[in-house]
Amino acid sequence: MADPLAGLYQELILEHAKLRAGEGEIEPFDAERHLKNPTCGDEVTVRVRLAGDGDEARVDALGWVGQGCSISQASASVLAEQAPGLTVAAVRERIEAMRELLRSRGAVEPDEALLGDAVAFAGVAKFPMRVKCAMLAWVALEEALAELDG
Amino acid sequence: MTTATETALTEERVQQLRADFPILAEQPGGVPLVYLDSGATSQQPRQVLEAEWAFRTQHNAAVHRGAHTLAALATDDYELARERIARFVGARPTEISWTMNATDALNSVALSLAEANRAHADGAGAVDPTLRIRPGDEILVTEAEHHANLLPWQRLATETGATLRWVEVDDEGVWTTDALLALITERTRVVAIAHVSNVTGQIADVPAVVAAAHEAGALVVLDACQSVPHRPVDFRALGVDAAAFSSHKMLGPGGIGVLYLTEALGEALPPARVGGSMITTVTMTEHEFLPAPQKFEAGTQPVASIVGLAAAVDYLEAVGMPAIEAHEVALGERLAAGAAAIDGVRLVGPRLGAERAGLASVIVDGVHAHDAGQLLDAHGIAARVGHHCAQPLHRRLGTAATTRASAYLYTTEDEVDRFLDVLSGVRAYFGVA
Ligand SMILES: Cc1ncc(COP(=O)(O)O)c(C=O)c1O
Repeated sequence: MADPLAGLYQELILEHAKLRAGEGEIEPFDAERHLKNPTCGDEVTVRVRLAGDGDEARVDALGWVGQGCSISQASASVLAEQAPGLTVAAVRERIEAMRELLRSRGAVEPDEALLGDAVAFAGVAKFPMRVKCAMLAWVALEEALAELDG
Repeated sequence: MTTATETALTEERVQQLRADFPILAEQPGGVPLVYLDSGATSQQPRQVLEAEWAFRTQHNAAVHRGAHTLAALATDDYELARERIARFVGARPTEISWTMNATDALNSVALSLAEANRAHADGAGAVDPTLRIRPGDEILVTEAEHHANLLPWQRLATETGATLRWVEVDDEGVWTTDALLALITERTRVVAIAHVSNVTGQIADVPAVVAAAHEAGALVVLDACQSVPHRPVDFRALGVDAAAFSSHKMLGPGGIGVLYLTEALGEALPPARVGGSMITTVTMTEHEFLPAPQKFEAGTQPVASIVGLAAAVDYLEAVGMPAIEAHEVALGERLAAGAAAIDGVRLVGPRLGAERAGLASVIVDGVHAHDAGQLLDAHGIAARVGHHCAQPLHRRLGTAATTRASAYLYTTEDEVDRFLDVLSGVRAYFGVA
């Protein structure tokens, strides 16, 4: 039978929803951000620790705790696999690319070279009600990094 | 309570009724719509849309002001609608006032009580003893309340120094009458409960609560959002002091709600909002209010929507509320029994065999409600997933969200079965079975 959800739930998403890579509260950390999706009750808290200064600043470690649908939990897991080691600028670029992809309603071709496994979320673009779920942890990280700029 | 199943709607009758609801023939996702979200908002029959259209195109004018003929026609429609709705819920027209929705109506009662007690604190005359709420007094609710019947009381408690108390629910989300009655004391000033829970489908024993509350001198406020649309309700017979319901949940348009206040309470309560259309005399420093219900209706009302609501009431009465109740109770039992029989699906609310309204909420083991809802949606099934504006209840159930199917007069057995069929495949789809 054809998948009634047209590939929304990629195998990789279901796997990450169970894997929950990077789950846990890291110590020490430089910034923390807690976000909720009030329409469905999804919640995530992201902690990030940086190494290096200025343009050289990199994500040294990222940990998250949360609960919610498989999309939101899997996207936190994928983010936690990807972010460590990237420069802050590179992380921001990815978050922006992810946002653009998910908000495109399917009009943007996923950039696998840039997004890696996160292209598995491309199907979310056709389900506008789920974009917030897929972006939750990513926006939390973006806002945590913005606090450090402040 | 009606148990006469012989009065239930026949399959043929339900099909006839469905033809009155244009939206039920839509295919929003490219698949036939199975609408199982009437607990959130119901659909509107042609008759309601046509009544609004007729008003807008033939009688539209400001009511209760102006001397022209059109204004008189509009005022007649408006007050006839009030009479229709009053009769529908066993009230007098003077006991029915318009609000935006049930939330607004419940807020209005709480704000009016705060106002009554504030006026007293300012030394502006003694507060009516039936309205008095002092530090140490208690306001009683249940842990299962919709936020609309919780937040107004939280705030009233804070403002008056009263304590908010609540009867707890069990692991299934059900509270007992005995436990609630045990919390009513001479300190209790207000008991605010839902007639029917929008999550569990539990039906409150309102007469028992009213008897105990009145014995203690407390007011009873009834959230009738999930009862008035679905079963015969008579506020006077129930004995409640105030009640609220929403038009959009009973085949009517959105943006209009109803507040029922007994004549005694309507006279005693000050209005939460003041302004035009609700006064007799105004000077630059003083004002005198009209009696209820106008006292509670400051500003211009959405008359066409009120006319639409009256048409919805006509429609419901023509079908027959006992028949609607019997139909939905049967569907509720089918939903509950079917869901409980699925491996890995936990039914919340009253146990099988116990009284429940025409809805069922479930927790699918290992699958978040949003994922379950997404699969249901892919099959055209519009069910509600989330906390249904009852976070404390869900916290007690140990979950952030449940999946709810709710029926109405146009819901068929086949629709219930399709819901159950997809539900039974959810765990396998997400790889947890
Ligand atoms: C039990 C209950 N109370 C209150 C409300 C609030 O109704 P409204 O949003 O129309 O004000 C609802 C509807 O969601 C409900 O089901």
